[in-house]
Formats: sequence, C-alpha cells, structure tokens
Amino acid sequence: MRRTSTSRTRRSGYAVVLLALSVIGTLYTAVAGPSAATEEPASSQSMAIEEGRDFYLSGCSTCHGLDLTGGAGGPSLIGVGASSVIFQVESGRMPLSAGFQQAPRKDVRYTREQIDALAAYIQSNGGGLTLPEGDLTDGDLQLGGALFRTNCASCHNFAGSGGALTYGKYAPELEQASPRVIYSAMQSGPESMPRYGDNQLTELEKKSIVRYVRYISESEDVGGAGLGRYGPLTEGLVIWVVGITVLVLMTLWIGARA
Amino acid sequence: MSHLEKVTDTTAGWMDERLGAAGYVRKSLNKVFPDHWSFMLGEIALYSFIILLLTGTYLSFFYTPSLTEVVYDGSYIPLKGVTMSQAYESTLFISFDVRGGLIMRQIHHWAALLFLAAIVVHLLRVFFTGAFRKPRELNWVIGVLLLILGLLEGFAGYSLPDDLLSGTGARIFHGIILSVPVIGSWATFLIYGGEYPGTEFLDRLYALHIFVVPLAILGLITFHMLMIWYQKHTQFAGPGRTEDNVVGSRFFPAYAAKAGGFFFLVFAVLAALGGLAQINPIWMYGPYNASQVTAGSQPDWYIGFLDGSLRLMPNWELSALGYTVPFNVLLPTVIMPGVIFVAMMLYPWIEARRTGDRAYHNLLDRPRDVPVRTGIGAMSVAFYVILVIAGGNDVIASVFQVNVNTMTIAGRIALIVVPPLVYVITKRWCLALQHNDEELLHHGIESGTIRRLPSGEFVEETVPLPLVYQLSLGVAEPEPQDHHSPAPVGTGFEKKPALERAPDKDGFFRPRRSASNGSANGSSNGKANGKRPEAELPQLEKSGKDKPPS
Repeated sequence: MRRTSTSRTRRSGYAVVLLALSVIGTLYTAVAGPSAATEEPASSQSMAIEEGRDFYLSGCSTCHGLDLTGGAGGPSLIGVGASSVIFQVESGRMPLSAGFQQAPRKDVRYTREQIDALAAYIQSNGGGLTLPEGDLTDGDLQLGGALFRTNCASCHNFAGSGGALTYGKYAPELEQASPRVIYSAMQSGPESMPRYGDNQLTELEKKSIVRYVRYISESEDVGGAGLGRYGPLTEGLVIWVVGITVLVLMTLWIGARA
Repeated sequence: MSHLEKVTDTTAGWMDERLGAAGYVRKSLNKVFPDHWSFMLGEIALYSFIILLLTGTYLSFFYTPSLTEVVYDGSYIPLKGVTMSQAYESTLFISFDVRGGLIMRQIHHWAALLFLAAIVVHLLRVFFTGAFRKPRELNWVIGVLLLILGLLEGFAGYSLPDDLLSGTGARIFHGIILSVPVIGSWATFLIYGGEYPGTEFLDRLYALHIFVVPLAILGLITFHMLMIWYQKHTQFAGPGRTEDNVVGSRFFPAYAAKAGGFFFLVFAVLAALGGLAQINPIWMYGPYNASQVTAGSQPDWYIGFLDGSLRLMPNWELSALGYTVPFNVLLPTVIMPGVIFVAMMLYPWIEARRTGDRAYHNLLDRPRDVPVRTGIGAMSVAFYVILVIAGGNDVIASVFQVNVNTMTIAGRIALIVVPPLVYVITKRWCLALQHNDEELLHHGIESGTIRRLPSGEFVEETVPLPLVYQLSLGVAEPEPQDHHSPAPVGTGFEKKPALERAPDKDGFFRPRRSASNGSANGSSNGKANGKRPEAELPQLEKSGKDKPPS
C-alpha cells in the first residue's frame, strides 16, 4: 500500500516535470522563435547555416576544430562574425595551404553563395561583425582619397600597390581586393592591419575608402605605362635599363660610322 | 676646294667681315675631335640639360611656387574639392588642364633622371680611362661639381610639386639638416623660414631650381667644354695617335652632324619615355600633409644612395652633457657623402702622388692596364650600387617577398664585404686580361695549324696580330714580326714595364725580347723605364711628354 502510494506519487512527479518542461519549451519557442524568424525567412537562413556547416566541416574544421573552438593551428571562430569569414575566404586566404608568416592571397575556393553560407554558419555561432547592407562603394570619392592617404597609404602604398612590413610580413596590394574584402578587412583588422571600428571610421567613411580603392585600381594610368605604381624605384630602373642602355647603343651605332 | 671647305671658308668670311674672326672661326670649324663611342656619353648629359631647360621653361609658365591653400576645382575628379597648396594645384593644372602639360612634365622628369644617369656613366668613362690625369684635373673637379649641383637641382625639382612624396622628401631633408651638430636647428629655421614646414621653403627652392642652380650648371658646363676645346679631347691609343696629336673628325661637318644628330636621338628617347611611361603621378600621391606618408616612399634614383645609407645605418646616437649627436643620421647622410665627394674631387692628385706621375697625358689608359685604379673604381661602383639597392629595400622586399629586415642586415654585411672582394676580383681580372694581351702580342693569333718539326716537336703556328690591334693595345712602335716561327718575337712593349716584371708562375706569358728591340723602342719613346718599388700601380708610371700639348 505504502509502496503503491509512493510509486504513484513518483509517477505523478514525473508527469508534473514533463508537463512543466513541455510548457516551458512551448513558451520558449513561442517567445524565441518569432524573434529569430524576423531577420530572414527561417527556412533559407537555416538552410544556409546547414550548408555552411557542411562547408565548414569539410574545409575548415581540421584546423579550427569540429566545434569552432580552434585546435591544431587555427584560432577559435566563435564570435569572429561573418565579416571576418568574408575577408578570409573571399580573398582566398582561407583555407590556408601551409603555415606562412602571413596568409597569402590565393585563388578563391568557394562561390559567393558558398562563402555567404559559411559566413552565416560562423555568424550563427556567437555572432560578430557583419557587412552592412547595400552597395559598399556608396561613399564619397574625395573623402575616401583623403582617408586612404591618412590611414592606408602608409602600409599599402599611395596607389594600393602594397608594401613591406617587418620580418617578412607585408601589406598586400589592393587591386585584386573586392569591395567586400576591402570593407571586411577594415572591420575585422586581419593580420597586422589595425581594426577600424565604426567609431574610428564610420560606415560612410569606410564605404568612401572602398570606393577610392576601387577607383584607383580600375583607373587607367594617365601619361603612359604605370610601371607597377611603385614610385621612383621603377622609374630609376627604367632610366637605366631603357634610357641609358638605348642611348649607349646609339653611341655605339654613331661611333661605328666614323 | 671641296664643297665643305667652301662652306667653312664662306662662314669664316662672313664672320670676318663683321667680327674680324675668320681665323678663329676657321680654326674652330676645323677642330678635330677623336671618334669613340664612349666620348659621346657626356653629350647625353649635355643634351638632357638642354631639354631640361626647354621643358622647364614651359612648366614655369604655369607653376606657382606657393603654399597658400586653395580648393581644387580642376579636371581630376578624386581631388575635386580637396584643400591643397597652390604649388600642388598648379602642378595638377599642368598635368590635366594645360595643353601638352603632362608630356612636358614627364619629359622634364625623365630628362632629369637621364641627366644624372648620363653624368654618372660619363664620370665612369673618364675615371676608368684615366682621362682626369694631368692636365685635366680641373675639368674633373668641375665634373664632380656638376654632379653635386645636378643632385641639388634634382632634389629641388622633386620637392616643388608639393605632393605627398615631395613633402616626405622635404621632411627627410629637414631631419638631415637637424642632425648637424651646433648649427642644425638654426640652419633649418633659416632654410624653412621657421618651424617645419614653414611657408618659405618652396619659394626658396623654386629660386634655386629655376635660376641659381641651372645658371651655375650652365656656367660650369661652359667652362667644362671650353677646357675640352682648349686642352683638346683625349684619345685612345691607335694608328697614328700619339700624346701630341688628335686623330678624328673635324668639328665641321662630321662632328657637328654627329653631335646634332645625337641631340635629336636623345630628345627622341626622352620624348618616347615621356609619352609612353608614366613618371611621378603626383595626382595619385595626393597633396602633402605632414600627418601622411606612403609606403615605398623613395627619392629619385640619384638620391637613392643617401636613402640607402640612411636605411643601413645602425641606430647609433651619442648623448652627452644634455646634447645628442645623432650619428644614425649625421654619418650616413652628411659625413659619408661629404667624404665621398671630397675624395672624388681630390682623386687625380691622390693618384698622382701615389704613382709619382707628374707627366701630361693625352692618350687614355685602357682600364685593364691600370688594375689598381680600375679596382678602386669597380669597388666604388659596388659600394654605390649596394646603397642604391638598400634605398629601395622595402619595395624590393615587397615585390620579391623577401624579409625587409633580412635585406637591411644583408645590406650592412654586403656594404663591408662586397667592395673589397670586387676590388680583388677586378684587379686579378685586369691582370689576366693583360696576360691575354701579352699573349696576343708575343704569340699572335692561333692559326689552328700544328706543325711537326723534324725533331719530332709539335709547334703551333700563329698569325701576327693585325697592326691596328697592336697599336690599339698601346704599343708605341710595332716591330716587324715573324709569327710563323714558334718563338715569340719581342715587340715594343716597354710602355708596360709591369709585364716585364709580372710573374710567370701561372705560365700565362713569358715576355721575351731581344736587346736590340728593347733599346730601339726605349729611344723612340724618349724615356727610360722607371722601375719603381710600388708594384701595385705599375702602369701609372707610363710617363708622357713633359710639355703641354700643342
């Protein structure tokens, strides 16, 4: 009897716990569900995340770990945000082929959609910085030029031709960089590059810099061949290799007609 | 009377009727210049300078040397509405809005680079052939002064556009002056008209760039050429050429035609560069702002050696009694160039003192015949080239993906190790080439025919070196030779006593000469072979006539 009542009490206890759990669960999904769904249609977003997770597991997890917490050689990716993923993958730096002083730019291994899926997956784990909506080159060209010369030219060179940093590190040339890569680089501050948060450079200022970089990268060289846009060094090389050499050959020609 | 002689006479006559200068004009038009391609290198510099004057005049019509701030409203969109100095604005105006402005600017800049490159090449020719020896030491000094003025002129021009690059250059120049003890700070105030960047600097540079320095260069060039005219040009040894004559073409018409034609060739090369290759795209650098700098900031190539020495110099400073002597800047950018240029100017006298050679020289040395001088020259070139490379080490590191720190350390080591190595190698190389000459003179050219003597000995038959080549080797008076006999016959090689004394250990050559040959040549040379203890500089002992050229 006693035993029976104890078992009955126990059973009813389970029922209460089950009921409470299901009520809380229902309530939670009722509260949390809609807020997650407001950003994107739940199905496409979750599909992208799923797809991104597949790419992550096959392409990235060897170094960054199955659970994104880092591991053999790769840092944790929790909270780095979509912006960082877009910079690293869209510039071809990730997946890394070998341990260099600095990740070199390579051929891009993923399509734009795949990169976005990967970014969505990383973004879904701990959040982080995302690229703003809309046209990333929607800035002011002149403002961009001034900001570029103040913030970027000291490493990337006046024309974005790149430059050397200490001990084998370098600021890459910018001609190949897409607007998304330039913007996300400023946001995420990869390698030796400083991070330009929205308090250092506003969204408009960053977009202006993107516009200026794309402008000079796409602009033709006025006044003849640009000589790599490295400045006086290549000009000096040209005057010796072309100028003086051609003229010395001419003196030989004239001298031979004595 | 040929047609050309008539032209000379008519011209002289026309001048004579008006100026009474027939004799002078006829003499001048008939003046003989020796023919050799290497004598035209200095001309490249001269013609570049003329082109610099022409293009520079055009640029000066539109350029405003003012730091007054204006807002740009020209054709270059990315700078529209940007605040900048009038100097930069007017340079942009020249580049984008003046008809022919950009190509004039580019030809002007390329001509500046060529001017200094040609000076350097010409200087090397003069050095390696010993053309600076008595009586031409003063002209050598003028040449070095022209080089220094060229550097100054180039730097001033580089600073005028007031773009980011030229402003950075002006800033480094400021730092260099500051490094001079005691007077540094005051000197910068004097030059810049106050604290950096001041408002006066550009006006002063402009006055220097378009008036003072070009005038000085023009004056020195005139003097340089008058001295060539008066002293006559040097020539290489060859048929009929002696210390007392000049063999070549007359000024009119052959030399004038060549020189005039060459001017247009130089102009053509510069115009092609100006039209096809961009130089100093100031619009990309942007207006100068003291808070900005670009990676890969470089001076033009001719200042590169100073930038290189600055980059290679370790960070040494001496602080005592509340004062700092910044050797890290002072040594590589003030003391080093000072020592180099003074040593360069004094080199003719240094060498003369070392060799005891006080004779006149109108015949040039072949570089191999003076191994020590050639070694010193090659060593200096190596030193200079390492500095220039170091001056661009960041761009080189970036382009070739080398560690820039490694490049700096390698540059420091190379600067100390490479020049002595180059000296030793060059000297040995020269001696080996001398041995080769000796071989040719004494044994002749290999004919490829092997003859077996009745005794069983094999001998190789040789063909005598053609007379023209013998004379070009500096042989005073070639003797009739019998090169078909295996035994070498002596030639007039007494001008090169070193070859007599040079050891035979490598088995390269064995100067054998009959006593009669030696004495005959000795008398024809009018000199005795001095045997001096300095085995290092034997060829410098070649003494010429102790009287000025007629």
